[in-house]
Amino acid sequence: MKLDLAIRELHRAERNLARDFAKASERHQVEHEIHHVARDLAAWSRSHVTELVDAGRGYGLRLAGPPAQTGPLAPVRSKMSELTGRRAEPGLLLLADLRRLHRAAAGASLDWELLAQGAQAVKDTGLLELAQRCHPQTLRQLKWTNAMLKTLSPQILAS
Amino acid sequence: MEERDGIAEPWGTRTPYGPGEPWPVRVDSVLAEGVRAADVDAWVPTAAVLHSNGDGLDIAVRDGRIVGVRGRGDDRVNRGRLDPKDLFGWQANAAADRLTTPLVRDGDRLVEATWDEAMGRIVTRSKELLDEQGPSALGFLTSGQLFAEEYYTLAAVAHGGIGTNHLDGNTRLCTATAAAALKESFGCDGQPASYDDVDHADVIALFGHNAAETQAVLWSRILDRLEGPRPPALLCVDPRRTPVAEAATLHLAPLPGTNVALMNGILHEVIGNGWVDKDYVQRHTVGFDDLAGLVADYPPDRVAPICGVPAAQISEAARLVGTAERLLCTVLQGFYQSHQATAAAVQVNNLNLVRGMFGRPGAGVLQMNGQPTAENTRECGADGDLPGFRNWANDAHVAELARLWNLDLMRIPHFAPPTHLMQMLRYAENGTMRFLWVSATNPAVSLPELARVRSVLAQERLFLVVQDVFRTETAEFADVVLPAAMWGEKTGTFTNADRTVHLSGKAVDPPGEARPDLDIFLDYARRMDFRDADGAPFPPWHDAESAFEAWTRASADRPCDYSALSYSKLRAVSGIQWPCDADRPVGTDRLYADGRFFAHPDYCESYGRDLITGAPTEPTEYRASNPDGKAMLKAAEYVEAHETPGTDFPFALITGRTLYQFHTRTKTGRVPQLRDAAPEVWVEMSAADADAAGIAEGDLAEIASPRAAIRARVRISAIRDGVLFLPFHYGYWDTGDPSGSAGGRAANELVGTDWDPVSKQPLFKNAAARITRVGPGDGPAPAPTTAASASVTADLPTTAGGRSARASEEDR
Repeated sequence: MKLDLAIRELHRAERNLARDFAKASERHQVEHEIHHVARDLAAWSRSHVTELVDAGRGYGLRLAGPPAQTGPLAPVRSKMSELTGRRAEPGLLLLADLRRLHRAAAGASLDWELLAQGAQAVKDTGLLELAQRCHPQTLRQLKWTNAMLKTLSPQILAS
Repeated sequence: MEERDGIAEPWGTRTPYGPGEPWPVRVDSVLAEGVRAADVDAWVPTAAVLHSNGDGLDIAVRDGRIVGVRGRGDDRVNRGRLDPKDLFGWQANAAADRLTTPLVRDGDRLVEATWDEAMGRIVTRSKELLDEQGPSALGFLTSGQLFAEEYYTLAAVAHGGIGTNHLDGNTRLCTATAAAALKESFGCDGQPASYDDVDHADVIALFGHNAAETQAVLWSRILDRLEGPRPPALLCVDPRRTPVAEAATLHLAPLPGTNVALMNGILHEVIGNGWVDKDYVQRHTVGFDDLAGLVADYPPDRVAPICGVPAAQISEAARLVGTAERLLCTVLQGFYQSHQATAAAVQVNNLNLVRGMFGRPGAGVLQMNGQPTAENTRECGADGDLPGFRNWANDAHVAELARLWNLDLMRIPHFAPPTHLMQMLRYAENGTMRFLWVSATNPAVSLPELARVRSVLAQERLFLVVQDVFRTETAEFADVVLPAAMWGEKTGTFTNADRTVHLSGKAVDPPGEARPDLDIFLDYARRMDFRDADGAPFPPWHDAESAFEAWTRASADRPCDYSALSYSKLRAVSGIQWPCDADRPVGTDRLYADGRFFAHPDYCESYGRDLITGAPTEPTEYRASNPDGKAMLKAAEYVEAHETPGTDFPFALITGRTLYQFHTRTKTGRVPQLRDAAPEVWVEMSAADADAAGIAEGDLAEIASPRAAIRARVRISAIRDGVLFLPFHYGYWDTGDPSGSAGGRAANELVGTDWDPVSKQPLFKNAAARITRVGPGDGPAPAPTTAASASVTADLPTTAGGRSARASEEDR
């Protein structure tokens, strides 16, 4: 059985996602909607990590807990954001960050898909319920990054 | 004929009535000192413009000047009654410091100019930016105080003429969540209920809606029901002990930022107790199982500590609304300007939907507006939507608009939602929007985080046009200032919070060279030489009536249907509720009476958004989840606010309104009776908090948030512990620092920049703050004693207007 691998992989993806959303929040402090919503969405991924740690125990895994809410570089990123807030160029960086977040969320979404399939195959209802609980939130993260790209890109690209 | 002090008795004498009876007529009036009714040359019909209630009134004219007002007894909204702002606000028209000539920037000064010179500068800059960058360099911020004709024209100029996506109203600050919540539940904006429902309801629940101060005449109507036989029970949800709370059967005072938790708790009880109209839910809604599943996690015991409200009160509130036979719910800024704004407002819609309380007398929802003409900003497409509640994400709707305007489809931007105000400000901040035309509003005082707003408006690279009736704080930053005509000096229509359309007549000429906003927008269009697909001038209309006729055509077959309305009909009848078409020539009192909604995928204004992330729902997803266009039961989990009280800033700060002032006091601050009733900013805190801080009534205090500090005198009021309240009206035009460069007075200095991801409405009731005593004051705080700001420690004389504030009351 390779479900432990699937859990480990998803755990890695969600941890990265939590960190990336937090970083995007700090880096785009002056883009207020990005700043606030990305922070809320990081919290979803952190709670997914916590749940996966619990689930992993049943498969002999000892996984790390969720990443800290802010990393050591958070103040630097926030300051940089403020200092460049009057310039148009960071717009491209924002699009790149959203694009990366979108791809990462898509990866995590696929991993949830795999986990749910595996859980059904081995009839682990607890694991299946976990996937059913968390996966919709990953899909909402995916839709949000897509929506923000769609909304913000015209101004950045046309100016 | 009786007389009352129009300031001391804001709701007038009671005229009690019972359920199902018509609200008695009582005509209020006021005339300038020395003027008798017989002296009046003409009475010109209009409606009130200093709140969203839409009170019908006549302007008294003598020798070409406005000399008073009289309520219209035949008007469905107010049956003759007038509130303090209606009675005295007209005097602002004749204020000595009206703008009477265009101004243009000359270095650090604004100097008088001709219309040709001022418009020439605007047109030159517009064309330069269109050449250099294209339409995305230009943005327009309008108001909730112009007329439908003006918004529709501006929408045509911005979306059709320039082709920019950047057009929004300051209605974003007051009413965006009302529109968003209606779109989430019903697929479309449009007020479901009617003020007449007050006459029939057995329970009225007011959620974050201090009607006594924001819609004073509507509150008079409720007071008259309360004094009559078989009065309704009232539920009030508000952290302040407002007049509504005083009159309520049950008052819940939740901590700011926790409305969603509270509403989820109430729905938990309503559904758990089986107070559900299963037949209605089954036939007319989708999403019940998801709603029930979500609120199952919010039993009162869990909600109580989040909201700081006893669990028993939550259950009691649920029983009140759950067992009502005719339930009328109203919602305003306490929900709209708070954290998770749309999700909380949507839960009120859900409450009435699961109870089957829609579309019949006394049963419905009123998602209220703040400003007098906010409804028109929304329906005419000047508030982040396309005209006629058309759906920007539905290509067929955009194509319809292109046909109406005879423009190529590609000229109307529809690649993304129209840009909302806070995002426009960001584009100005990062230099990608370099032209901003502000009409009839004052962002330098009304937006959050004012130091930032000023720094954006002051940028040299931003070309700022300000069109207003007075030299506002925002005008101080302008490159060009255009003097506009005011209410009573121009013709047009506007629509109140319950869809009642009034024609507002021209009573007097505007002062000096001031011009109607409509004429200014059309003049710009002609100078820019906008042309339609056949080379004809665009927009094709030329005055108020032709603009109105164009608008009625644009609205035909849409939910806000004006097609059977005309100026002549509106002259004959004081106040008609849309939709008004060939089938409904006298208008429509309630929407959704037949359980049919505007939510069909091909017809709806919006496909909705994720209530937490704000991401728009894709059309295919909407179609799959709601193919038949039923009402949608949506809900969201409670999420903690982004800024909460802590060690350094232990209070939750909320901002709000007072009865006697409107917006940034541009008009009301120039009316002696209103100015003197609430002359200066104050801060409210509870007696226990004041004791702990060593603060007494009237002391001067400093109120600080993580962003700034201001000073205000302290009113010890019945506000809940842990919460501070500041009125947001007080800016800087009447100080020695007219642009407010040094800050220190306006509540919005303290508020942070954060908005609801769904409605994009800024969260004004969402700051952490501390308060420190600075020193003693010279008497009580300058706060009215008549309403929510009443003192609880000192026995103060009632706020009164005296001789100059006498108003007549005449029972008919």
